[in-house]
Amino acid sequence: MTKRTVLYPVHQELGAKIIPFAGYEMPVRYSGDKAEHLAVRNNAGIFDVSHMGEFIIKGPRALELIQKITTNDASLLHHGKAQYSCFPNLTGGIVDDCIVYYIRDNEYMIVVNASNIEKDWNWIVENNKGIGAELLDISEETSLIAVSGPKAEAIVQKLTDFDLSGLGTYFFHKGTYNGAEKSLVATTGYTGERTFEIFLYNEHALRTWNDLMEIGQEYGMIPTGLGCRDTLRLEMGYMLYGNDINDETSPLEAGLGWITKLNKGDFNGSDLLKKQKAEGLKRKLVGFRMVENGIPRHDYEVAFEGNVVGKVTSGSISPILNIGIGMAYVPTELSKPGSLIDIMIRNKPVKAEVVKTPFIQK
Amino acid sequence: MHFPEDLLYTNDHEWVKVDGDIAVVGVTDYAQKELGDIVYIDISTLSETLEQHEIFGTIEAVKAVSDLFMPVSGTIIEVNPALEAGDDGSEHIVNKDPYGKGWMIKVKLDAPLPDNLLNAADYRKMVG
Repeated sequence: MTKRTVLYPVHQELGAKIIPFAGYEMPVRYSGDKAEHLAVRNNAGIFDVSHMGEFIIKGPRALELIQKITTNDASLLHHGKAQYSCFPNLTGGIVDDCIVYYIRDNEYMIVVNASNIEKDWNWIVENNKGIGAELLDISEETSLIAVSGPKAEAIVQKLTDFDLSGLGTYFFHKGTYNGAEKSLVATTGYTGERTFEIFLYNEHALRTWNDLMEIGQEYGMIPTGLGCRDTLRLEMGYMLYGNDINDETSPLEAGLGWITKLNKGDFNGSDLLKKQKAEGLKRKLVGFRMVENGIPRHDYEVAFEGNVVGKVTSGSISPILNIGIGMAYVPTELSKPGSLIDIMIRNKPVKAEVVKTPFIQK
Repeated sequence: MHFPEDLLYTNDHEWVKVDGDIAVVGVTDYAQKELGDIVYIDISTLSETLEQHEIFGTIEAVKAVSDLFMPVSGTIIEVNPALEAGDDGSEHIVNKDPYGKGWMIKVKLDAPLPDNLLNAADYRKMVG
């Protein structure tokens, strides 16, 4: 049974193309992938991302549990601060990537991918045995609206007295938003633009969406779907779970060393990751841009001198650069920027060059 | 969505317009909407003789790639030069005008029309 967010009727009314995504019927596009992409880069877009999962972890041993199940160092968090992190498994792979929010002492919120809500929940429950933190899954009653783009702050500010300009990236404010108590406004976007993610209880979502839509009009804000969300995150080199990272990819190989704090103390899989680091990585996730004409896609093969050496994990045309860009796991010796690789597009090798990400200058 | 009455359609979302032994082929309004923003169209089968259902090209959109299938059997005698228009950021001609300026190929038929082509009403029913 596919689920619907409380904003589903709005998407229908707006004429969105709806697709099944992670168990939900979600809007993939309203006006067009490119127009929506450019609206976010130039003005603002509004996304319904209510399908995302939200867990609360609280109690005196909450931090202990989070430290055990995530790679980043949650002890560095403080009130109003969030951090990007991931759940490593015990075999060197990744259960999911996530964002950890420090709500107050001994209380955290973790936001996870919709496709992994059940898997993550079971994983956390299993890991909580012997620790006994209090766990709550508030995904069903929580809506999430993201407003993203250079005009986002001006738009989102209109519905709150709290001064948003003071919120740096990966911070949040918990309080009343647009008259809805216990809301949370966070600067934890995934597009590369200034973003406000507004977590609300379901009963406030529709009213807030409509209010934001009305305010956004004069700023050139349009409703934006999952289609452009994917090209926006790809232009930034951000990874998508299930594409670029999964149960078999190591956070180190994926370039997530910056959130893998091997010196914070033991955590799930940390021995394996330390060993992997000491021995050196055999493959790495890299960004590449097409040198010849072609658009790379998920699962296309990567070849070098006629041999298959890896696979494309994400690929598309970049609406900003107007060329094909993608990410792929390649052997470490081919991971340096400037390395030339072939992307196999319909059985033909098409030249691409390994480049640093993000693909676009921000 | 718009499905002109004077065209025939396929399950693969191509349309055919027959005039004597020449068939003009393109993709339907439904297809262009499903694909989203089209980036480019690759047809390198000019002068080739292909059977119905064989691939005559590919269509790349921002979010998807799709093969183009012959709705009829015959020889490709012309590819629409307007498909190659440079990307100036505006909407692709196939998105804009799938039945008109966005036509793709002209085929010289070498066999009677297959009987599995759909009329507009049946195609509309199929895409629901």
